[in-house]
Amino acid sequence: MEVGAVIKHDIKKAAKTGDWRYMKPVVDKEKCSGCSTCVSYCPDASIELKFYKEGQKDKADIDYDFCKGCGVCAEVCPMKAISMQKN
Amino acid sequence: MNQNNKNRIALTGGAAAAEALKQIEPEVMAVYPITPQTPIIETYAKFHADGEVATEIIQVESEHSAISACVGASAAGARTVTATSSQGLALMNEILYIASGLRLPILMVVSARALSAPINIHGDHSDVMGARDAGWIQIFSENAQEAYDNTIIGMKLAEKVGLPVMAIMDGFNTSHCVENLELLPDEKVKKFIGEYAPEKHLLNITEPVTYGPLALQNSYFEFKVDQEAAMEGSKEAYLEISREFEKLSGRAKNYFESYQLEDAEQVIVLAGSTAGTTKDIVDKLRKKGQKVGLLKINLFRPFPRKEIIEALKNAKSIAVMERAISSGTYSPIYQDIVSGFYNSEHKMPAIQNYVYSLGGRDIFAGDIEKVLKDLEDNNPPAGGSKEIKYIK
Repeated sequence: MEVGAVIKHDIKKAAKTGDWRYMKPVVDKEKCSGCSTCVSYCPDASIELKFYKEGQKDKADIDYDFCKGCGVCAEVCPMKAISMQKN
Repeated sequence: MNQNNKNRIALTGGAAAAEALKQIEPEVMAVYPITPQTPIIETYAKFHADGEVATEIIQVESEHSAISACVGASAAGARTVTATSSQGLALMNEILYIASGLRLPILMVVSARALSAPINIHGDHSDVMGARDAGWIQIFSENAQEAYDNTIIGMKLAEKVGLPVMAIMDGFNTSHCVENLELLPDEKVKKFIGEYAPEKHLLNITEPVTYGPLALQNSYFEFKVDQEAAMEGSKEAYLEISREFEKLSGRAKNYFESYQLEDAEQVIVLAGSTAGTTKDIVDKLRKKGQKVGLLKINLFRPFPRKEIIEALKNAKSIAVMERAISSGTYSPIYQDIVSGFYNSEHKMPAIQNYVYSLGGRDIFAGDIEKVLKDLEDNNPPAGGSKEIKYIK
């Protein structure tokens, strides 16, 4: 048995909890300023800033495996760069 | 005694434990003040205020919160300690089982005290005996020196076996009395304790884990049996660490201390500060030619049953003296020793259960002498007494 009943997680085997999403956020990378407001607001830690184009800041990138489509990111984005679309 | 030894110092037991904690320098200490634990944490708080330690001291609103914060800190991977007494330990009770079940190596220094009601702030073992089934390793200390030593040994043992440890001293008798003791140099203690590198912890984002999951009919039982195996295994680890500590300090450590036990016919068994007075009486009676001895228990949980019975097998009569009542039955150490004899190949000697010094009631040399006199007078008779005697 695992000592102290501590569960180790293998992210590759983790359930994809984003699969029951109805609406999904879509980032317009040209509008996104890379300010990271959405990153800290995302309740599921499903957004990170990732490389987009040479010479530009990293832009918001959504992990659809876990994003549940709550829309908080679209709401808080100061550039209105995230829109909610049907999954 | 070497008068020029710079490491010799006069301290209360509480301050001695705080010195050990300073050398350990845990990352987190969550505490709530309660008499007679206060000398430990106020001394440590002073070290902190003077910038001598970088520990995160969490001042909480109760002991339940103190131990809960310790569980969180320890699961997060921090070297964690706390300290308490009496009602504080009773209030922690629920979380004690969580700390041990999650196998968190928390060190708790306990200044043992009576439980209410009626309210009493003085020393006895009611609090720690009440927590004896909580899955914590329990080590008793006789004096300030042992309070210091056992704090260091306890930290290393906890981290080695993955179980929480209580390093226990007697409230007031030890925690508030100034005694001469020898401290080890800081670097020696730091080297002895080593860096704490938990195999897994909550803040390790590359290997994420969950602490405290649900385990129902299909697995709970197995986890508890595993935990018990770890508790049993900690006996051996305690001995190894004690031997290592002995090399460092020159102070012998074992499951128990045998004082004039080899050929003793009348033997007192007890734990804690009363051992000091008892040794004086043993010396006095030995000079008169009486074969008396003392077995002082250091490691109480896990109970080193086999070794203790082996050491007691030649005694004609035994007095088990305790500073606690196990309500409705015999006191805890007495129960362990009697069942130890029944489960060994040795014949049960005459054995008597004494309860003494509840709520800090003084125990005098004369009381102990009378206990040994009783034993010599074949009281209890062979087979032992069924009655508990109270030394009031």
